[in-house]
Amino acid sequence: MKKTFLNPVLVVLLVSVGLVWMQGCKPKGTQSAVSGDAAAKAFVAPGKYDEFYNFVSGGFSGQMSVYGIPSGRLFRVIPVFSVDPEKGWGYSEETKPMLNTSNGFVPWDDLHHIALSVTGSEHDGRWVFGNANNTPRIARIDLKTFRTAEIIEIPNSAGNHSSPFITENSEYVVAGTRFSVPLGDKQDVPINTYKENFKGTVSFIGIDKTSGEMNIAFQILTPGINFDLARAGKGKSAGWFFFSCYNSEKANTLLEVNASQKDKDFIMAVNWKKAEEYAKAGKGVKKAVRYAHNKYDDNTHTATSSIINEVLVLDPKDCPDMIYFMPCPKSPHGCDTDPTGEYIVGSGKLAATIPVFSFTKIQAAITAKNYDGDYDGIPVLKYEAVLHGEVSKPGLGPLHTEFDANGNAYTSFFVSSEIVKWSVKDLKVLDRVPTYYSIGHLSVPGGPTKKPWGKYVIAYNKITKDRYLPTGPELTQSAQLYDISGDKMKLILDFPTIGEPHYAEAIPAEMIIKNSRKIFKLEENKHPYVAMGEGKTKVERKGNEVHVYMTSIRSHFTPDNIEGVKLGETVYFHVTNLEQDWDVPHGFAVKGANNAELLIMPGETQTLKWVPEKAGIFPMYCTDFCSALHQEMQGYIRVSPASANVPLTFSTGKTEADAVKETAPANK
Amino acid sequence: MKHKPFIAALFATAGLFLLTACGNEGVQKDEKPVDVQELTKDQPEIHGTEVKESDIKLGTPLDQAMVSAGKATYELKCQSCHKLTEEKLVGPGWKDVTKRRQPAWIMNMITNVDMMLEKDPEAQKLLELCLVRMPNQNITADEARKVLEFMRSNDGEK
Repeated sequence: MKKTFLNPVLVVLLVSVGLVWMQGCKPKGTQSAVSGDAAAKAFVAPGKYDEFYNFVSGGFSGQMSVYGIPSGRLFRVIPVFSVDPEKGWGYSEETKPMLNTSNGFVPWDDLHHIALSVTGSEHDGRWVFGNANNTPRIARIDLKTFRTAEIIEIPNSAGNHSSPFITENSEYVVAGTRFSVPLGDKQDVPINTYKENFKGTVSFIGIDKTSGEMNIAFQILTPGINFDLARAGKGKSAGWFFFSCYNSEKANTLLEVNASQKDKDFIMAVNWKKAEEYAKAGKGVKKAVRYAHNKYDDNTHTATSSIINEVLVLDPKDCPDMIYFMPCPKSPHGCDTDPTGEYIVGSGKLAATIPVFSFTKIQAAITAKNYDGDYDGIPVLKYEAVLHGEVSKPGLGPLHTEFDANGNAYTSFFVSSEIVKWSVKDLKVLDRVPTYYSIGHLSVPGGPTKKPWGKYVIAYNKITKDRYLPTGPELTQSAQLYDISGDKMKLILDFPTIGEPHYAEAIPAEMIIKNSRKIFKLEENKHPYVAMGEGKTKVERKGNEVHVYMTSIRSHFTPDNIEGVKLGETVYFHVTNLEQDWDVPHGFAVKGANNAELLIMPGETQTLKWVPEKAGIFPMYCTDFCSALHQEMQGYIRVSPASANVPLTFSTGKTEADAVKETAPANK
Repeated sequence: MKHKPFIAALFATAGLFLLTACGNEGVQKDEKPVDVQELTKDQPEIHGTEVKESDIKLGTPLDQAMVSAGKATYELKCQSCHKLTEEKLVGPGWKDVTKRRQPAWIMNMITNVDMMLEKDPEAQKLLELCLVRMPNQNITADEARKVLEFMRSNDGEK
């Protein structure tokens, strides 16, 4: 009877069931590691919400995008450093000052990194910061309005790459200069005097606890090297900041070769609490500079730009024990601290290992003065003395590292196009997955904080080649979502991104939803040209300018007929959106304007400047579909020659019959 | 043949293993329902609760302070669409509205328009006529009551 149990038919059946199962879950062909239920894991049903907001840098678009995770759906592109005609950003009179700099109005930049505000090294959902890489600036975006609330320019800097990473209670965001440059009055020097004349700086930009307003608290003068990335410490290391540096060779040409000569560059460790004390104790020197500080006010609905002429600079010569260099193999890029604050992971772009430094050992080495000489007078700590260990042969071209809550690190590898998971404590590689292709940054929700939420790692890729339908020579860049809840990382979704994504952060949706602003209250509108109700609309001539105080509501503008404007005059349309209902913006456009549209949120006032160039009738209309009668939301403005005699008049809903009544009341 | 149930059980176990192996592993999505209106109730956009007839007390003579506050709200938030005469603009003219409608109907139309357009046949008829949804203008019940006082004044009450 025992033989019945081994019935060959049954055995075959059991084996084939097993085979089917294996095939069902096995990776297949070029879809690579996509498992059978990947679609379900990333699927968020219509009408349902994503679990995380993902704030993603827009790279050379200059903007910041907002995606949902796990769906990869794009919700909003927040205009930051580049003009955005769709939203009137940089085109309306109110927003133009936001893009002012010491070089005048700059309509574009390159936004690389994201820093969400933190309290106790955990996300608090108040603000998100972004850096401008080209014309050095930092922006603060208010997560109530999802709009750029403030932009501050960084003086004594060139290429603000090492930015805007943030300290544990959002005391400071930082700005390390990518390029060293000549500072001060004498900037017109031969380029090959680099070693003598070029200097670096890292700036600490204070953040007001309540308003979020930024001010440059102090800058630290450094040798003429290049700063790449940075991270604040956490917990025990919270008073420190770590900056990766390259070009310790101080090359000024063909850096690809000339800045890759030495076996080791540096991670610079800054005791910022000490720097703060030095600044308070008057150890700094005030240097003459010029930089812009731009703020947007949600009550006046207007930005102001002011120019500041001075900055406090701390010279390490006068401030001992403030900064140290730690040797780090081959042009380190990422420089990331783990959730405990004990470990600092350096990623040498050209190195075959990932060095992990120990904060405890750094402190011990400093106390014991365990130095390996100095670099331009800055103590260099002994590599072996501060090293926790190296992850050996992890992959090619390590760039950035994020963490989960279980002691694991996830490092991106640009050259070998993969994410490698490894254990921080024992430095063992645990898993690796391919990315498509050439991953740069990566993000775990809460990954840079003390409290990672984990669940996913998102890869931000530089190249997509064959992954999407081709669109000519330029292809989309992409993000890829991996499930990291199990031992093995699993690819579950590809999604395209705007511009080029660099760093990104993800935060649980509920921390943001509750603060998300719905409208601006009309009663709080303090715009100097607001029309508080249709009865307050008017058209006024002030010298060479014509100011139209206009209102919009579903579905008409008041006034919608304007006559008497003369060639040579400048017209300002100040449009107040009288709606007080969520999701009812109105748009405004006028034919031929060398400008853009306005997109006016409920309760807001925005201004379009228009200089007519010929006489005639110019239509204007609402651009944002607002109601069944949106198409009727239109009007005319008449422009006459400078010599004409047309009186300045305006109206809405006035018919020909009304006009006759008005002009000839006596005939009645 | 008496082993058949055992073998069947084996199959069932294998099947179960299959299901758990492919079905349960991996990321657990957070699919708890999110009530955005509830989460954002502290935001300035107000959606009123239903006003009952018994909540409203109409007095005579009219409270002139309320009339004038109601007029200010009218000028800021209502005038764009409603004339004080019988003439329809975007919405109906207000002349004699207090004679055509009950006070609670008027107040709900101001503070609670979504509910009215969903339930009230008269409100629905007006939407068919005007074709523009009466917008929520972020008016509190207290402000709406003052607007009602202003309407009574507009209709000739003293």
